Amino acid sequence: MPEIIKRKKALSVSPLKASSTVGAALAFLGFRRAIPMLHGSQGCTAFGKIFFVRHFREPIPLQTTAIDQVSAIMGTQDFVIEGLKTICEKNSPDLIGVPTTGLVETQGADIRMAVRVFRQTYPQFDHIPVIPVSTPDFTGSMESGYADATRAIIETLVPTAAEAGTEPGRRRRQVNVIAGSHLTPGDLEHLKDTIELFGLRPVVLPDLSDSLDGHLPEADYSPLTIGGALVSEMATLGDAIATLVVGASMHAAADSLKARTGVADYRFDHLMGLDAVDGLIATLADIAAVPVPPKIERERAQLQDAMLDCHFMLGMSRVAIAADPDLLVGLSQMLAGFGAETVAAVSPSNAPALQNVVCDQVKIGDLEDLEIAARAGKAELLITNSHGVHTGERLGIPLLRAGFPQYDRLGGFQRTWIGYQGTKAALFDLANLLLTLEKGEIHPYRSTLKQWPDNERAAGVKHAA
Amino acid sequence: MKQKDISALLDEPACAHNKKAKSGCAKPKPGATAGGCAFDGAQIALLPIGDVAHIVHGSIACAGNSWDNRGARSTGPALYKIGMTTDLTEQDVIMGRGEKRLFHSIKQAIDAYQPAAVFVYNTCVPALTGDDIESVCREAQERWGTPVVPIDAAGFYGTKNLGNRIAGESMVKYVCGAREPDPIPEGIERDGFKVHDICLVGEYNIAGELWRVLPLFDELGLRVLCTLSGDARFREVQTMHRSEVNMMVCSKAMVNVARKLQESFGTPWFEGSFYGVQDVSQALRDFARIIDDPDLSARTEALIAREEARMQAALEPWRQRLKGRKVLLYTGGVKSWSVISALQDLGMTVVATGTRKSTEEDKARIRELMGEDAVMLDEGNPRTLIDIVRNNGVDILIAGGRNMYTALKARIPFLDINQEREFGYAGYEGMLELAKQLCLTIESPIWEAVRRPAPWAQTVQPEQEPVAVAAVETDEVAPVAVEASHA
Repeated sequence: MPEIIKRKKALSVSPLKASSTVGAALAFLGFRRAIPMLHGSQGCTAFGKIFFVRHFREPIPLQTTAIDQVSAIMGTQDFVIEGLKTICEKNSPDLIGVPTTGLVETQGADIRMAVRVFRQTYPQFDHIPVIPVSTPDFTGSMESGYADATRAIIETLVPTAAEAGTEPGRRRRQVNVIAGSHLTPGDLEHLKDTIELFGLRPVVLPDLSDSLDGHLPEADYSPLTIGGALVSEMATLGDAIATLVVGASMHAAADSLKARTGVADYRFDHLMGLDAVDGLIATLADIAAVPVPPKIERERAQLQDAMLDCHFMLGMSRVAIAADPDLLVGLSQMLAGFGAETVAAVSPSNAPALQNVVCDQVKIGDLEDLEIAARAGKAELLITNSHGVHTGERLGIPLLRAGFPQYDRLGGFQRTWIGYQGTKAALFDLANLLLTLEKGEIHPYRSTLKQWPDNERAAGVKHAA
Repeated sequence: MKQKDISALLDEPACAHNKKAKSGCAKPKPGATAGGCAFDGAQIALLPIGDVAHIVHGSIACAGNSWDNRGARSTGPALYKIGMTTDLTEQDVIMGRGEKRLFHSIKQAIDAYQPAAVFVYNTCVPALTGDDIESVCREAQERWGTPVVPIDAAGFYGTKNLGNRIAGESMVKYVCGAREPDPIPEGIERDGFKVHDICLVGEYNIAGELWRVLPLFDELGLRVLCTLSGDARFREVQTMHRSEVNMMVCSKAMVNVARKLQESFGTPWFEGSFYGVQDVSQALRDFARIIDDPDLSARTEALIAREEARMQAALEPWRQRLKGRKVLLYTGGVKSWSVISALQDLGMTVVATGTRKSTEEDKARIRELMGEDAVMLDEGNPRTLIDIVRNNGVDILIAGGRNMYTALKARIPFLDINQEREFGYAGYEGMLELAKQLCLTIESPIWEAVRRPAPWAQTVQPEQEPVAVAAVETDEVAPVAVEASHA
C-alpha cells in the first residue's frame, strides 16, 4: 500500500485538477438530447466549454445560469428557474443536468429547492427530467464530480423495483454498465463490442462513446447532445441480468443502483492489463453462460506475445504518472504487470482507491509535484495530460498522453486503453517511447593513444560511430 | 469591487457604445448565454506579460480548467505559461483561510520563480467571502520587495469585456509610470532618423503575429515601448506613460487604458488594425501623421509603397484562386470591418458580418465597405449562421474557435480568427498566410467526400431512431415508460 502524501504548499503550480463541476457536466453529456446548465457565473461555463471543445474537438452543449453581482448576494434561485425555463422552451431536451459551482455553494444556494420551485411554477415541463447535483469546485475533482452526477442520475431516473415492478434478469441479455470517467469513448466502444460478442446487450451510463466519439451525424446542428445513453432506457435497468461497474469512483453510484433494483453487480477497478481484462472476460462468460469467443482468445494470445516482445524495453523502466485516481490505479497496475516501475505518482485529489496504486508514495498535488518527484525518482517516461508537455520538456523525457485534457494531439480523446487490444496498443507505445531514449547506447570513446590516421586526428571531432 | 466602481468602468466615455444601452453592459440571460466572465477577460488581457507570476486566487475551476489555453507567444520568458492558483479548499472557505493562503502563495511564487512581479486575480469565491486581496498584495509587496498587483475581477462582476477594462485599469493604476524607459541603444539614431516611442494596446501576439509587424516598426524607427500585452515584460508596462502615441489594436476592450493615459500624460491615441494590406498601411500612416516628423513620414511612405507593391505581386496567384468566393464573417467589434477589407483585398465577397460587439461607427464603416444593403448579424446563434451559409451559397465561415466544430459538423469550411487560433494573420506577410489558409480549406477535397451519401444509401432505409434499438429485444418486455420520478 502506498503512502498518501497530502498537500502542504499554499500555491498550486501547473494544476492537474479539473473541477468537479465539469466532471458532473461530462456525465450529463453521456446522455442523448441532454444539456448541462452550470449554476454559477458565465465564466464557469465558458471555461468548461473550451476545456471540452479542445479535448473532444466537438461542439459541446453547455449552458449557464449567469450569476451576476446582485444575485451573488441576494440569491440565485430565480436564475435557475429562468435558465431551466429558457432551455425547456428553446430546446425541449430529454435531460437537463444542473451541477453547482463553488460560487453558488459559497453563497449557500439550495439547488434542490430551486428545482422544486421550477416544477411548481412550470408544470408543463414535468416530462423533462432536471437533475441537480452539488459539485462545488473547492471539493473533489473531475472524477468525483462525474461520479456524483452519475449517482444523481440513477437516483432520479431509475425507479426502485417496488415502484416500477422491475425484476432482475427479466431482460436475460441486458447488461448495465456504470462507466467511470477514466474510460474514453474508444474504451466504451470496445467494451460494448466485447459485451456483444457474448450475445449480451450493453446499456452504458453515461455513454460518451455514443455522444462524444466524434462522428458526423446527418443533422447539421444540434443544441443538445447528439448521442448517449437514452433517458427512456434508465427505467429498464432493473430488469437487467447484471451490472458491470468500472472504476472505484463509481461505487456509490453502483450501490445506489443495486439498492434500487436488486440487480447483481460485478465491480472492476479498471480494465487495463492482462489480469484485469481476464477478470472481465471470465465474468462475461459466466453471465452469458457461453464459452469465450475464439476472437477474444486470439486477442489475448496477441497481447501475451506483445508482452514477450516488449518486456526487454519495459522491464525496470521508470515511469512517472499524474492522473485522477482511477486512471492512476489502472496505469500503475498495468505497468507493474509489464515489469515497469512507477517511481512517481500524483493525483489531484484523495480517494480510497489510491490505496491500490502500485507505487511507494502517492502525492496529492499538481504537475510541479510530479516534476519534482519524477526528477528525484529518475523517471524515464511521463504519463499525464497535455499540460505535461512542458514538464516532459524540462525533465527531458518523453510523454504519453492520458486523461483530461488532451488538446495538442488529435484522437487522444478516443484512444482505446482497455481490453487486450487497448493494452497491447499502450504496450507498443510505451516500448517505442522507451526506445527513443537509446538506453543501451554506448557512445564512441576516442582514445588518445590510438594510431589515428592524420586526417582523423587533426579533425579531432566526433565521427560517426 | 464596489458596484459604483464597476459602474464607473462600464461608463467609458471613449467608447462609442456608451450612448446606447448594449454591448459590454448587456445583462446575460440565464440558460441562453455564451462567453466568458470578467475574470476570463482580465486574465486574457494580462496573461501574455511573460515574466510575471499570474496567481489566480480561487477554487480550482478558474485556473484548473483554463490554464495554458491561449496562443499568445513570448520571445523569452515562459513563466506566464505556468498555471498558478491558490486552489481553495472547502476548509479554506469555511474557516476563512483564503487571505492567509494567498499571502503564502505569493511568497512561494516569488521564492520558486523570481518573477518580475506577481499579479493576483480575484475570483468569485474569495470575492464572496470577502478576502481583501488589495491589502494582502500591499502587505506582500512591502514584505518581499517584489511588485504585487491586485486585479479584482471576480467572474460575477460581469462580462469578459468588463474584465478587460478592469485589467487595463489595474495596469494604469498600479504599474504605468513606475519607471523611465531605457535610453535608445547607441548607433541607431542618426541625422534624419530619430527614434519615436509608441505603445500598442490590445495586441496579444497570438500565434506570434506581432513579429510580423515589429520589423516594420524597427525599420521606421518606432520603438514599441510596450505592447499591452503581447510578448510584454513587466518593466515595459511600467514605461507606457512615455509613449508619444498609442494605438488601440483591433479592439475597444481596453479603450479605457488609452483614454486614461491621454488624460494623465496627454498621449494621443488612435484605433487601427494590422489585418489587411490597406489597414497595415493606414496604421503606419497614422503613427507618422500624429508624430509629425517629416523624415518619419517620408520613410513611412517609401516603406508602404515598397511593401504594397511586393504584396500586390505575391497575392496575385492567391487572388485568382479566391476570386468570387463568398464569406460569412462572424467576429466581434472592429475586426468585423478590418477583416472585411482584408478579404475584399483578396477578391472575395463578404455576404454578411457579425456586429454583436460593433459600434455605430463600426457599422458605418461596414456599410461603406459592403454597401448599404450589407447583412449585419446582431445575434449569431449557430442555427442562423448555418442557414445564411446555406441560403447564400457561402464558401467559408470565418469566426471564433468556439464555433469551429459547430461549422464542421454542418460540413461548412471554416477559418478560426480568434485567440486560440494557430496562425497569425497580422501585417503584410499575414495576408499571405490568410490567403493560404483560406485556399487550404476551401479547396480541400474532403468537403465533397463528407457531403456525399454512402453509395448504398438509395437502397437502404435512412438511419432509424435509436429508440427502436431497445425494441429489437423481442423476447422480453417492452421498455417501461419513464415516469415522473424526477419531480
